[in-house]
Amino acid sequence: MIDLIQMIVNGIAVGSSYALMGLAMVIIYKTSEVPNFAQGEMALISSFFAMMLLTSFNMSVYPAFVLTFVFAVILGCFLEFAILRRAKEPNVLGMIVITIGIEMILLGFVSWKFGAEQKTMPFPIGPYDSFIIGDIFISKLEVLTLVAALLLMSVLYLFFKYSKLGLAMKATQQNSVAAQIVGIRTNRILMMTWGISSLVGAVAGLLISPTIMHPFMMWDPMLKGFAAAVMGGMTSLPGVVIAAYMLGIIENLFGGYISIEFKTVVAFVIIVFVLCVRPSGLFARHYVKKV
Amino acid sequence: MTNLLEVKNIETYYDLVYALRGVSFSVKTGSITAILGNNGAGKSTILKTIMGLIEDQPDKGSIEFEDAPIQHWDTDKIVRKGIAYVPEGREVFEELTVHEHLIMGAYIREDPSGVKKDIEQVYRYFPVLKQRTNQWAGTLSGGEQQMLAIGRALMLSPRLLILDEPSLGLSPILVKEIFSIIKEINLKGTTILLVEQNANMALSISSTGLILENGRFVMKGESKDLLEDKDVKEFYLGIKSETSAKGYQRWKRKKAWR
Repeated sequence: MIDLIQMIVNGIAVGSSYALMGLAMVIIYKTSEVPNFAQGEMALISSFFAMMLLTSFNMSVYPAFVLTFVFAVILGCFLEFAILRRAKEPNVLGMIVITIGIEMILLGFVSWKFGAEQKTMPFPIGPYDSFIIGDIFISKLEVLTLVAALLLMSVLYLFFKYSKLGLAMKATQQNSVAAQIVGIRTNRILMMTWGISSLVGAVAGLLISPTIMHPFMMWDPMLKGFAAAVMGGMTSLPGVVIAAYMLGIIENLFGGYISIEFKTVVAFVIIVFVLCVRPSGLFARHYVKKV
Repeated sequence: MTNLLEVKNIETYYDLVYALRGVSFSVKTGSITAILGNNGAGKSTILKTIMGLIEDQPDKGSIEFEDAPIQHWDTDKIVRKGIAYVPEGREVFEELTVHEHLIMGAYIREDPSGVKKDIEQVYRYFPVLKQRTNQWAGTLSGGEQQMLAIGRALMLSPRLLILDEPSLGLSPILVKEIFSIIKEINLKGTTILLVEQNANMALSISSTGLILENGRFVMKGESKDLLEDKDVKEFYLGIKSETSAKGYQRWKRKKAWR
């Protein structure tokens, strides 16, 4: 019994980082219908930027994190402005390939600048600080990740639902010509979504970095986050978060009871299954276009 | 009366296709101007060129709104000048509700009380929309979507309202209703530029009519004169003047002016 509860708790913990990455991907997808595969590496470069501030410049933690968030927003805006906007006659497939290209470049840059070996991030909460409730261990970092994921989800949900800017972002995704003719600066909206998304990704990166910090650290969370986003229907913010927790829990239970070797594969088996049963995702409320 | 919109000799290309071959016209303040023409004549192209929706076009010529040139501007900047555009085939946001559309229509406006009043006004024009306030636009019928597209454009409280085939795909009764509302909007002080296939309807509410063929204007006049014109009657209103005269050579008028 204790094992089961411990596994579920771990699943939720791991699910939180998937949820953050999934949220970041969904924000960009919501406005441009492009799954951004560079998401993980954008978060990666932000985390390494934070580490550089902390170790090389000896900054204290909070200003360094604030600077990192600013850096992440600027990075997102810059990538949109300098690379994606330059694409002539863009289509979704071309855009996806561009994001993969950006991913490679950023990954290469981080490996070249910081080296590929494991680093330690001087984070205020260590990876092994934990609460013990009964016989169950919960690490403080995991609680923080959980809180961050839920908080960001709620804020973003309210933002998209009730703010005029959030509405404009949805409008831009659904019909960019119509968005232009009501006076929305669609280019600027796209840039902003990249900024926000990069910020959410940076939060995920910072929360992952105390446990694991090398150039490939974002691979697993990014792919699982993408998986969660697909499962959740790509556009629904609560959908991604719920799907991410489901993935995390199922993965951990599978690892614990059935086979630890195939633990990471399980997420993708679930995606295939979900896409067969409900192609538009578990939580999407999608309007099917009339021909 | 002065001219609100002045289009001078614009030429537009789609890549290598020469779509507008030097088009000039003006829209008087407070009037309804109708542009008629066959499929592919370039009617929608004129409107898209004015709205800056075709990249790098017009190739030549100028477009002036309130005596200031607006060609080659970004669409959102043109919209901010006070021109609202209802595109052909009602480009709505499928997954936004009717109410959200009206909020988006007023995206550039900063006066919440005025916006509220205008939302009420739109619901007064189109009572159906009020019943559908919280419904997604994608689930509305074609006619309702057209009303929504017009309502959204009105939310800008524009000085010039440009309509691209508002009658497309609507039932005759609905067409009548929409045209009477367009007339009403005009009487409240909004200048209107209208593109239509339904020549009869368009000429009956407009003051000036222009006829476009193959990217050029071939005729211009007071709408009531155009309604009486022999050629317009035959080619656009479908009234045959031809009588059967046995034993005589039957002359058919040329189907197009070139």
